[in-house]
Amino acid sequence: MRFTFEVLVRLKPGLLDPQGKAVEGALPAMGWTNVSGVRVGRHVELTVDAPDETAARGQVEEMAHRLLSNPVIEDFTILTAAEVGG
Amino acid sequence: MSDAPRVGVITFPGSLDDRDALRAVAYMGGEGVPLWHGDRDLRGVDAVILPGGFSYGDYLRCGAIARFAPVMDEVRAFAERGGPVVGICNGFQILCEAGLLPGALIRNRQLRFVCRWVDVRVETSLSPLTADLLAGEVLRVPVKHGEGQFVASAADLERLEGAGQVVFRYCTPDGAVDDATNPNGASNAIAGVRNPAGNVVGLMPHPEHAVDPDVGATGGQPLFASLLASALARV
Amino acid sequence: MSWGEPLHRALGLTDDELEAIVTTLGRDPNPSELAMYAAMWSEHCSYKSSKIHLRTLPTEGPAVLVGPGQDAGAVDVGDGLAVVFKMESHSHPSAVEPYQGAATGVGGIVRDIISMGARPIALLDPLRFGPLTEERNRWLLEGVIAGIGGYGNCIGVPTVGGEIAFAEPHSANPTVNVMCVGVAPAGRLVTSAREVPEGALLVLFGAATGRDGIGGVSVLASRTIEEGSQESRPSVQIGDPFAEKLLIEASLELVERDLLEGLQDLGGAGLTCAVSESAARAGLGAELDLDAVPLREPDLEAFEILTSESQERMLALVAPERLGEARAVCERWGLASAVVGRLVRGGGLQVMMGGTVVADVPARSLADEGPVYARPMEPPAEPDDPFADDPTFAAISVDVEDALRRVLASPGIADKRWIWEQYDSLVQGGTVRGPGGDAALVRIEGTLKALALSADGKGRFGRLDPYLGAAHAVAEAARNVACTGARPLAITNCMNFGNPERPEVMWQFAESIRGMSDACRALDTPVTGGNVSFYNESGDSAIWPTPVIGMLGLLHDYRLAVGSAFAEGGAAVYLLGDTLPELGGSEFAEVVLGTNGGRAPGLDLEREQRLHLLLLEAAGADLLASAHDCSDGGLAVALAECAIAGDTGFAIGLPGDLPPHIALFSESASRVVVSVDPGRGAELEDLAGTLGVPLARLGESGGPRIVVDGVLELAVAEAAAVYREAIPKLLAG
Repeated sequence: MRFTFEVLVRLKPGLLDPQGKAVEGALPAMGWTNVSGVRVGRHVELTVDAPDETAARGQVEEMAHRLLSNPVIEDFTILTAAEVGG
Repeated sequence: MSDAPRVGVITFPGSLDDRDALRAVAYMGGEGVPLWHGDRDLRGVDAVILPGGFSYGDYLRCGAIARFAPVMDEVRAFAERGGPVVGICNGFQILCEAGLLPGALIRNRQLRFVCRWVDVRVETSLSPLTADLLAGEVLRVPVKHGEGQFVASAADLERLEGAGQVVFRYCTPDGAVDDATNPNGASNAIAGVRNPAGNVVGLMPHPEHAVDPDVGATGGQPLFASLLASALARV
Repeated sequence: MSWGEPLHRALGLTDDELEAIVTTLGRDPNPSELAMYAAMWSEHCSYKSSKIHLRTLPTEGPAVLVGPGQDAGAVDVGDGLAVVFKMESHSHPSAVEPYQGAATGVGGIVRDIISMGARPIALLDPLRFGPLTEERNRWLLEGVIAGIGGYGNCIGVPTVGGEIAFAEPHSANPTVNVMCVGVAPAGRLVTSAREVPEGALLVLFGAATGRDGIGGVSVLASRTIEEGSQESRPSVQIGDPFAEKLLIEASLELVERDLLEGLQDLGGAGLTCAVSESAARAGLGAELDLDAVPLREPDLEAFEILTSESQERMLALVAPERLGEARAVCERWGLASAVVGRLVRGGGLQVMMGGTVVADVPARSLADEGPVYARPMEPPAEPDDPFADDPTFAAISVDVEDALRRVLASPGIADKRWIWEQYDSLVQGGTVRGPGGDAALVRIEGTLKALALSADGKGRFGRLDPYLGAAHAVAEAARNVACTGARPLAITNCMNFGNPERPEVMWQFAESIRGMSDACRALDTPVTGGNVSFYNESGDSAIWPTPVIGMLGLLHDYRLAVGSAFAEGGAAVYLLGDTLPELGGSEFAEVVLGTNGGRAPGLDLEREQRLHLLLLEAAGADLLASAHDCSDGGLAVALAECAIAGDTGFAIGLPGDLPPHIALFSESASRVVVSVDPGRGAELEDLAGTLGVPLARLGESGGPRIVVDGVLELAVAEAAAVYREAIPKLLAG
């Protein structure tokens, strides 16, 4: 079976996020003065062939831990998992 | 090549300063040995350099993909045996990703690539690059990176500092650390760190671009001299 | 587009051009063939408006190995080595998406160099934007700089120079030019002089082919595929510098191991251009199988594959017995490769897809037999009194010190460090002198030689007089090179102009070519190639006629290179050349007086060449402590830059009897500020006398202040602050 996943990778809370800071700094100039807490992350989509969803999810977790994120500075969340045809 | 120490330089796809590192090794009297990312073989070298560049285009995260190259198993084993391993710029990023060095390197504070000559202060003699130097010495070397801001958790930083694992800090020409001379916003102005054992060292500046007086300052010379001496000690 | 419009016109072909195609084929072309002709006969690929003018350029010289007409020019620099160099424009894509536009421009010019079999060793980026007081211009500049850095830094080719100028017409039309320089053993250059055998295989390697950059012919799609799917057609091409780096290494390894019969980059008109040119140059035809082309997405149509401008692709010509080895090299560098066809006897280019012939046309008709136009030209009406608005003769009173501050803070003059610090100028370890000086110096590995590189355009002078603008650009580029002690050897160029279908623009172009020709003849720097970028206009606002000159010079011993900075401790400061009352088109006139009118400074090319001779001889005798071109901003800026660079002041008096503001800010040509050890001043004076170069001893360098006797006094540190802070301040909004 095939499963699609979306994985969200984010900087750990508390770590400086230069990109987030830049975005946050740009917003007031455009008229949005009520925004705070901007953090920029990374979104990864992937499709896995596996016998069942548990196996697929386990593999995605391992891949996210070993490659998609850097555990020193980043956390990850598996956002969605869905079975796809074919 | 008689008894010149043999220093391997690994070429990953996207390595850029690999030839420059080989040239610097030769300039300082060592024998540069090209190594290939796909080979599980360090060709019996006495020290290993992971050079600067954009391995795998810096896609995903700098160094994230290169750390899984076949040659990295050999580098890890070599490091565990106490072999001198140096990561320069992208090589530093790879060593951090591989867990061989603490911390991580994220985008520069100013969000722009920066190429400029900086001064760094040597913080410890306990690394293959600084064995012949004294803490407090100031060296002029260039940086060139977009993601060179060294970060670690507060607890890790404290541990690093306490254990003397900070090897280089950005500073003024007189050796004072201030924010204006920090080119990327690195925590505690850290430009380079080592592992607890002291045989693996990574730094963002490029000592290989600072050995030949015809093309700039020579702050890299004593660093390569130390590296060759450290390598020779293993021959 | 309306259904009523004939297909060829929708593709940009004229009725006459269609007729020529029908005559060539002896039948009507099918839509795929029409797309191929439209792409190859476009202005961009065929140079149809510029060709008759370009033919008048001096292109030969003892050192020229390869002249115009190939991917890049090549010059013999001795030691069995050739230097390959070329300049191109990526202005139009950069105006839409500055980061990717500039990035893919770098990628394209680098592939031009590797297709000659040369290793790229330096990049230069001459750029022009509208005023930084406008937010959109800041966005464009920041994006272009980031794109140049993002791509160039990632492929390991140092960006060592360029220039950045500002003028209102570039608000709508930024000018993004890029020059690349490479080195190869002269005997290993991949040129059309090589005989390519029949049966050679066409091997496409690098990135897969997608629907990139087929905007020009996308009109075909609306007729052949359903509505909606074209929405996904990317109008912006995305560069992949990592793939480019692999392409560089794989291509050079293929050349070094002698596995190739020929090498072509895929740029404008994509596969159609690469295959038809390869075949035409070999005097052969080709069979091309589109089913063999690796695709990035399914279901591309024939015309899309034929004209796709997907980046990071190369076409190699490989003898069948070398195929295995050649493909192994690609694989080692992680690059896909595919045999997509072969060269065959006869001159036909036959394209197959799905088992049927989708196009069958003579290769030469695409590559070499495009239309050539002698477009109408018309000079603008002469003003009744050309002196009326010349700022030189304006009755004004000027606070010279305030004027100097304003000129130093003008973004055209001010320190560009904020920009070039975003470029890796050091990789490859050969950069003897990087950005910020008169010319960059890059040493040739294994020798004491260095290449001196400069890129210059004179938009303001070109606006006043396109002939002089072009000639000044050549002279200044050569002077910059000579200031380092290097001998100017040859040029490449990028001609940036408006719409050639307007007679006024065409006249500007012809005048510029004439000026460039005359200057290159006089200075012995032949034209080895270049690029023409037309249609840089929107509405009725065209950019000023701006030929940008990329000058290549050779320094025989880089240890004797001369810098521009004043050294500490009193050197004698001289001005070489005469200062005339010429404020027309000057930085001063624009910044302080608010006018671009008047007459451009004159130019005596014979004088210019004697000045270069003097610089070369003096540098060779290690006589010069410093040398700096005196051009934009005049003597005042030249002196201030020498002082700021060396953190060392000076005290001088003004020679002659010109009013101080004219003496200090006139932009008379053929002038250089030099300093020499006071004990050797007589040597310099003798040399100048022998060569007939006017010279004036101005005073001495030293101390912390800039002092012009009786005119102005300013701390170097203060001038430096004004000079260095201007651009960061402007960019901060």
